[in-house]
Amino acid sequence: MKTVKEQEVAVRKHFTKLQERFDTDFSAVSSQESLELIRIKWTGQKQGRLREIASALKTGRLVRFPETTPILEDLSLAWELIDIRDPEMKRLFGVALNDFKRHVTEKIESSVSSLVPDAATLAREAIDVTLPGIRHPLGAEHPIIRTMNEIVRVFQGMGFSVGVGPEVETDYYNFEALNFPPNHPARDTQDTLQIANQHRKPLRERLLLRTHTSPVQIRTMEQQPPPVRIVIPGKVHRNDAADATHSPIFHQVEGLCVDTDITFSDLKGTLDHAMKAFFGSGVKTRFFPSFFPFTEPSADVQISCIFCGGKGCRKCKHSGWIELLGCGMVDPTIFGFVAEKQPAYDPKKISGFAFGMGVERIAMMKYGVSDIGQFYAGDVRFLEAFA
Amino acid sequence: MKILSAWLREFLSPLDVTDRQLADDLTLRGIAVEGIFDLGANRGHLFEMDITTNRVDAMNHYGIAREIAAIYNVPLFPLNVDLPAAKHSAKPFPVHIEAPDLCGRFTARVLRNVSIAPSSGIVAERFALLDQKQIWNAVDATNYAWLAMGHPTHAFDLDKISGGIVVRRAHKGERIKLLDGTERTLEADDLIVADEQKPIGLAGVMGGWDSMITPETRNIVVEAAWFDPATVRRSARRHGLHTDASHRFERGADFNGAPVANALVTKMILASGGEIDGDLVDVVVPEAASRTVQRASVPLAVSEVTRMLGTTTDGRGIAAAQIKQILTALGCTLAPAGHNIYQVTLPSWRLDLEREIDLIEEVARVYGYNRFANTLPTFVGSVVELPTAEREETLRRTLLAAGFHEALSSTFTSVTAAVTFAPRPGTVVPLDNPLNEEAGVMRPSLVPGMLRMLEHNLNRSVADVRLFEMGTVFSGSTDSVDERPALTIGLTGTSGSADIHTLTRDAGFFDIKGVLEEIAARFATRSVYFDSILLPGWLHPGRAARMAVNGATVAYFGQLHPDVAHARKIKQPILVGEVYLDRLYQQPLRQPSAIDPPRFPAVERDFSFLFADDVRWERVRQAIEDIGLPELVNTEPVEIFRAEKSAGASAAAERYSLLLRCTLQSPDRTLRDEEVLSAATAIEHALTALGGTQRK
Repeated sequence: MKTVKEQEVAVRKHFTKLQERFDTDFSAVSSQESLELIRIKWTGQKQGRLREIASALKTGRLVRFPETTPILEDLSLAWELIDIRDPEMKRLFGVALNDFKRHVTEKIESSVSSLVPDAATLAREAIDVTLPGIRHPLGAEHPIIRTMNEIVRVFQGMGFSVGVGPEVETDYYNFEALNFPPNHPARDTQDTLQIANQHRKPLRERLLLRTHTSPVQIRTMEQQPPPVRIVIPGKVHRNDAADATHSPIFHQVEGLCVDTDITFSDLKGTLDHAMKAFFGSGVKTRFFPSFFPFTEPSADVQISCIFCGGKGCRKCKHSGWIELLGCGMVDPTIFGFVAEKQPAYDPKKISGFAFGMGVERIAMMKYGVSDIGQFYAGDVRFLEAFA
Repeated sequence: MKILSAWLREFLSPLDVTDRQLADDLTLRGIAVEGIFDLGANRGHLFEMDITTNRVDAMNHYGIAREIAAIYNVPLFPLNVDLPAAKHSAKPFPVHIEAPDLCGRFTARVLRNVSIAPSSGIVAERFALLDQKQIWNAVDATNYAWLAMGHPTHAFDLDKISGGIVVRRAHKGERIKLLDGTERTLEADDLIVADEQKPIGLAGVMGGWDSMITPETRNIVVEAAWFDPATVRRSARRHGLHTDASHRFERGADFNGAPVANALVTKMILASGGEIDGDLVDVVVPEAASRTVQRASVPLAVSEVTRMLGTTTDGRGIAAAQIKQILTALGCTLAPAGHNIYQVTLPSWRLDLEREIDLIEEVARVYGYNRFANTLPTFVGSVVELPTAEREETLRRTLLAAGFHEALSSTFTSVTAAVTFAPRPGTVVPLDNPLNEEAGVMRPSLVPGMLRMLEHNLNRSVADVRLFEMGTVFSGSTDSVDERPALTIGLTGTSGSADIHTLTRDAGFFDIKGVLEEIAARFATRSVYFDSILLPGWLHPGRAARMAVNGATVAYFGQLHPDVAHARKIKQPILVGEVYLDRLYQQPLRQPSAIDPPRFPAVERDFSFLFADDVRWERVRQAIEDIGLPELVNTEPVEIFRAEKSAGASAAAERYSLLLRCTLQSPDRTLRDEEVLSAATAIEHALTALGGTQRK
């Protein structure tokens, strides 16, 4: 029997030879591909040498390696040298095996990170990068909703809350309380869509499709005492024939501000500020007398042309100005209607202004839409431009 | 309306302002000049004007000249209507107002030995520039007076009138042939100008044919009156006649303009010869005068002007002197009634002025809107959002991220579509005057609108479509209309991205289901489940579902029923659904809260089973969940293989194979082999209990 020391030396000798074989193999590595072959040969899950040796230690049986005789030889020699039933021998073999394993793993891993794949490999991996990418296009917010929300946000930033009201209204809220008396000529200009079977009802209770968002002014004031500062986006309808610039369905944004000491110059300042916030700080505003039954004084507001900056172009019909909204000081008569439910609306003590604008018109101008009907067709080719 | 700048200037002392500047200054005061046309040497410009209907007083040259006088603070000359002395007549021309409630004033003047000829001189020249048709000088005189001062008048052939003039209500069925050559049958509330036997004019609208001026006319009665606005409007509408005269009378003529206009017409006619027979007959109804020319004066406080109008750009505000100057120039009379308070008498031609605020508006208007400063109101309070705003925005963001375009469709639909798609039959709300037959009712559902839009795209060879619409749907009755928010989703064509790198497939039921699951995931829901209970008829009975959130139905969706698709000539499968947002919005939005990523490894176990065809996935999932394994974190189907169904075989007779994967994980330790094995055994038992056969 050899001493433990002698056995250890002998085992080590064979593992050194094994290591030399690996090193010889490894020195031939020149590419990522050849390294991969070495890795599979020595450490691979299925046929790796190290695995075989380790399992031999576990089971006490050594499976013959199919193809590489020299290694088999070295291992077999090492194997025969030891008595596997002796725990001390088993331990020695294990230690030597682990050292060898570490050597192999370290070599391979260090190469993986340092070895640069050769140009030929990269060339073979080349793809046609000019082919289109795999896209997941976003949907587009509707240009009317987008414009309406942008306008609303401008006024929210100025302290306006948001309010809404029903699309089917009574004659009272749509006309009477807004100072359109029965047979008033102003009613002629708003051809109204009516709900069926209304004729037997008193005029003020008749149901119709609201022709403007202004009824929400009345509804809001009836529900809360002053101060009121509200912006009202909404859909409205008129019995208009459709053409490139008219649609029986359209949207408005309405605003109302009521408090003590609200003046015409406050109206001017508010709208001037809002137009600058919406269109850019270079935009100027201009106010013209106008007429609306529910405001007095009433005004139309123009902004300096956003396309030419006021020099005159085709878009502004060479005037340098674009008409954008209607506004005015709330007519005391309106407060009179509201005061029936909210006595705090005393026109001697409070005052207010209101304004309204057509969303389609602004969106058409902003995005260069030539036919208002496009907004309501649902044509993907039109809509996707707004994504 | 056309206006000559040279004619305007005739009423004013010389103005050092160009026509162009004049036009701009008028426009900024609400007297809009829309176009300016150079008429050549010394003839000034033609203004094309657009004047709002509340300012009928300014729809003539003198009225606009008055505005100019107020703007520039220059004197306005009175109209020159000096007439030669009248021949004395023993008996004045008989005029009787039989309907004093409808006719407030009637003036008549008899002219004799006039000479009827075409107009010449300034009348012919101005008519040519203004595109005013010439008739005979006596008729042109009435039109000239209209253009000059805006009061309608009429010239009758005196010899065609029997006796005098009676202004009365028509007898029902009475007939008159008017100047336009038409024969009209009158109603009892038509006001007419008549002689002692017959109607000779429809008051305030149009004169009669039989008494018109002809070349043979020798003697004339000139009429200038004031008629009740509502009466004129009613008659003009009933007979479909919108004339210059009716336009003015409907909106309120100048009560005091009648005698002036009569004199102006007289003066113009006499320029070609003739004489005045007797004094002007001027019948005034006192009640009408008190409603118009003598209406009560209005108090005006300077402090109110400031309270309403605010600050001016020069910082000085509007002074009492400015208020007085402007209102006086417009024809008001201001009498002091206390410190900085006036009692304002209103001009007869401005029936639109009634209240203090009307006067304040006039001050602002003439002063110039753009001379007021831009100030911002102070405000104390909070900004309130709509309660559903955040939910709506979250839905929109989710759908946009899923690649759906937002669309808007009509608020209306056809009766047929309403019957098919209304969630609750019998509650559809019809319109009285629909835009067209296809838009007869308020939409009870957004689905028909969505289908129209999908069709629109398919008809234009756009085959991949993903759309959504959020809007109001209507139900109830014609007495009470209920409005609810809804969402519709529609898709057809390819699922996901269609590119050369990806194997594409047609969009199907699970594409739309995925969108609804994504929507539900935005809300803090206790339970979300899908079943096929009470599906609406427009959906494919085998490929559609109901989504219930916390027990309430919030959506129906799936493949459009092939019958509905066929009727609409749609060939490719359509996936469509409707979400009842009023119900979904009852749920709060899910608030994100952090989860610690698990620190211990998860173990996956696959199970392969054969099941009868009627064992649905939901039952399989539920059976595994019911075991109550605390470490089970996920159960998902990995593979389903189903042989083609043979016709006639019952669902239970068919079997399918299911490979499912369960994930086990513990938050506080690595699971031991025995634990995993015991869980797997429990799962296998549960699946076997469902009638499944394990495949080895």
